[in-house]
Formats: sequence, C-alpha cells, structure tokens
Amino acid sequence: MAPLLDVQHLSVSFGGPMPAVDDVSFHIAAGETLGVVGESGSGKSVTAFSILRLVQPPGRVTSGTVRFEGRDLLTLSEAQMREVRGARISLIFQEPMTALNPVMRVGDQIAEALTVHGRSRAEAQARAIELIDAVKIPDAARRARDYPHQLSGGMRQRAMIAIALACHPPLVIADEPTTALDVTIQAQVLDLLRELKTRFNLALLLITHDFGVIAEMADRVAVMYRGRLVEEGPVRQILRAPAHEYTQALLAAVPGMAKPGGGVR
Amino acid sequence: MPLLEVAGLTKHFVRTPGLFGKTSVVRAVQDVTFSIDEGEMFGLVGESGSGKSTTGRCILRLMEPTAGEVRFKGENVLGFSRERMRRARRDMQIVFQDPYSSLNPRMRVRDIVEEPLVIHKLGSGDERRARVKELFELVGLEPAHLERYPHEFSGGQRQRIGIARALALNPAFVIADEAVSALDVSIQAQVVKLLLDLQARLKLTYLFIAHDLRLVEHICSRVAVMYRGRIVEMGDTRALFANPTHPYTKALLSAIPLLDPDAPRTRIELDPASFDAAAPLREIAAGHLAAL
Repeated sequence: MAPLLDVQHLSVSFGGPMPAVDDVSFHIAAGETLGVVGESGSGKSVTAFSILRLVQPPGRVTSGTVRFEGRDLLTLSEAQMREVRGARISLIFQEPMTALNPVMRVGDQIAEALTVHGRSRAEAQARAIELIDAVKIPDAARRARDYPHQLSGGMRQRAMIAIALACHPPLVIADEPTTALDVTIQAQVLDLLRELKTRFNLALLLITHDFGVIAEMADRVAVMYRGRLVEEGPVRQILRAPAHEYTQALLAAVPGMAKPGGGVR
Repeated sequence: MPLLEVAGLTKHFVRTPGLFGKTSVVRAVQDVTFSIDEGEMFGLVGESGSGKSTTGRCILRLMEPTAGEVRFKGENVLGFSRERMRRARRDMQIVFQDPYSSLNPRMRVRDIVEEPLVIHKLGSGDERRARVKELFELVGLEPAHLERYPHEFSGGQRQRIGIARALALNPAFVIADEAVSALDVSIQAQVVKLLLDLQARLKLTYLFIAHDLRLVEHICSRVAVMYRGRIVEMGDTRALFANPTHPYTKALLSAIPLLDPDAPRTRIELDPASFDAAAPLREIAAGHLAAL
C-alpha cells in the first residue's frame, strides 16, 4: 500500500549558498507518527512548511515531489492546495498566542476552519463546541465564547488542536507543539494528542528538538542536520543504537541519556 | 558556613486594576527559606509563575522583597545602603535566560564585558583591556572577535558573553536564571560544561534556576522545588529524585517525558486538595525536607 505521505528528494533554497533543505526523502503511513528532530536551523520546520507549500519567498522548493493521497502537492494549483490545507493536512504551531486570532472568539475560530471548507455556519458552531469538548477543555459551550487571552497556555494549545482536527484531516503536522508549555501541561497535551491520534486514526508529523517527546510519541524518527536527513529509523533503534555520528552527538548532549549502546537510563 | 542564607523571603505584588477595581495581592514568593554552601550548585526548579525568578531577583535586590532576610557571607544584604549594595554586587552576579535581549545590541562585545569594570572603577584602561581578553578566553571565545557586535554571535556564544560579563568582577556567587533554557541541546551541553568548569576553577557558588528537571538532576548537588511561591520540597538531588514526597513534586517528576519508549508511564495528576498549601517544610529524612 502506498504511504499516506511520500516526500522524495525535496530541496528548498532561500537563495543562499547552502540549501535550507537538501535532498530530503521520507514517508508517513496512515495513523503513524514520524518524529523529526534537529536543532535550530536544521531545516525541520522548512521541510514541514514545504509540504503545505507555505514557504515564504525568497524561499522556494527547487526540486522533489510531495505525494499525498495519490497526488503531487507541488504540482497542484493554489486553489486545489487550499482544499488540502486544513481539510486534509493541518498544522499545529508552537506558539498558540501568535497562531490564534486575538480578537476572535475561540469557538468562531474553530468554526471558521469548517466554514471555509463548505460547512454551514450553524453546523460549524455546533461542531466547534463538540471539538472543544473533544480536546478536554471543560465547560465547552462557555469557553467557545472566550477570547484567546482568557485561556491558559495549555488551553490555548488545546484550542489550536481543536482547529487542526476540525475537518478530520488524515495528517497533522505539529511544529514543536509543546515546547512553550510547562512540563505538567506538556504531559497533558501529549496524552491528549496520543488519545486523539487513536480515536481519529491520525498520522502525525511531529517536529521537536526534545528526545523525551520523541520517545513518548514517535513510531519512527528522522534526524535532520544542516538541511539533510542524516538518519531515519524506528524510534527504539534511533534512541538505543544511533548509527550517524551527529545523532550520537545529539543524544550524548541530552541530560539523562546514557551513552549509545548502554541502554537508556 | 553557608555562603548564602535566605530566610522567610516574601515578595508580594499589589495589583490595582483601574480606578475603582479592587486591589489584589499576588503572593509571588511566600516564606522561602534555604541556604547554599560555598562551591555548591543549588537548583531552584518550578514551572512558570512559581516564583523562582522572583526569588533570584530579590536575593540580588534587583527588586525589593516584602519581607525576609538574605545573608551573604554572614552579612544582612537587605540592610545594605545603596552604596554598600553596589559594592556587594561585585560578589553576586546574574546570567539571564535570553542572550538576545540581555546584551545591548549597539555596544561592541568588548565594551559589554568591560562595562562592569568601568562602573566599579576598577583598573586602568590597559588592565581592563587585558582582563576582558582573559575573560573572553576563559569562556571559550576568540579574543579576535572582541570588536564585534552581539548580532554577529550565535545564541550559545552570546550566552558565553553574558557569562564573561557576569564574571568580570570575579564574583563568588552567580545566579543562572534559566541561563541555558533557550539554547539547543548540544549548545546547552557546552554552556553547562563551561559553568561546571568555572565552578571548579574559580570556586564559584551557583543558584541554578531552571525548569528543566533532567538537567538539574545531573548538575545540582541540592535542589528546591517551588510551587505557587513556596518551596514545597528540598533536599539532596539524588534523594529528592529517588524519593519525591510532596504531591506536587511527584506530579512534576511524573510529567517529565521518559527517554525510554518502553518504560512504563505512570502519570501522577496533582490533586490540590491532597495537601495543605500553607504547611511548613519539615525534615522527612536526613537532608530532605517537604512541606507536609
């Protein structure tokens, strides 16, 4: 069976001497979680944004294919692409306060994700409250009328997850979804993501720099370094027996991580 | 004798929401007591808003505490005059979290590192220049880059500049307030190594304020856990991580993502009704205290 998402030989350049993403290939099966790790500037976010064709000029995809549900997203028209974004592939950002519209009620923002993809207003409003409930924000009907600043950081991130899930997309891209959160809130949001993944059979492209989050969530891991994908494999193999020198160095820098080969503390 | 003793430290912020609003008091730090031995790396952990940074700032009197006592080398810091406090700060320094906003972008890094020496009128121009070069080498930066501006450096290098500046006056005590939190993990490891090297070479004492519990577990000899302005548990790092006793500490430690995908996950949810928020710290084992 063809994978849900199949990225082949993707390169993205911002006009500089080095490409931001350099000949990157990976795939994600339906319902699977692929963790993409790397440090700032390694190209992991640019890779994710290129899948949705959201890379801003001067950045541009210079080569490669992004096959999703049988089509190459890089060849679609902008109108066709709008049908994919949000409805088939959605995005969760790191910073809910900047990703959410500060002057729009949370319920309306979730409903908007549905109305732009053709649902009626009344239907969207009702569904928004169901979604707020699904992401475990208590008192959903009342919270739907709140503005983002009235929610805590963890609740804002849940609201963003509700927007991402509104159209039941088969693939969600989460870019550092818990990095800005406290560790206890992070644990709740990760638990929620895991539960929703099973419930809606979501595939997740999870971008993070935290190997703890990888170990908790990922089925497979891709490691990026300077625009290249240097290693890819099942999560246990990457954490316990990393093959690439960079992965080994990265893991050695994680506090609490034993030396490769010696198992995990 | 401890280098730093903090007793009953309290900081309240009074909020007046508009002309007719009722004033409310935010109890940012409540009755915080701990001491740090010379040469020790003492960890202060907690989540956002727990009061850990406010505690650090009150110790240096970057903000004035509402009540309590801070003793440094046996002297009551809160009783110091402005002039005496200025001199005391030569011995007590701080490294901030964000290396992007804590360095003046319009100053050359040479001047940033030299500034504390100028402010405290230490040394001649030549002596100061020699000291700045020495500090640059001490923190692992190229003296050839002294004429550059902060934007020409990476995040990790900027944090080294912040550390060089903090060390310019040869302090005995340094507060690292989330000093490595904004850095990538490999850079973080390098800066942590630098902090540990400096601790050994210069016999520095640190208050290491952080939210990364895994990191604290590995570098601090003792640790205090703050929750809503209070220390709820404190002790030797090993004992505290092996045997967390306060419900908040248990919940906090159980929330740390495990690095082993196959390890059993037992998430402990915090039940605020399960403990008395005002309970004082008491000794539950040798060197291990909990507010129960």
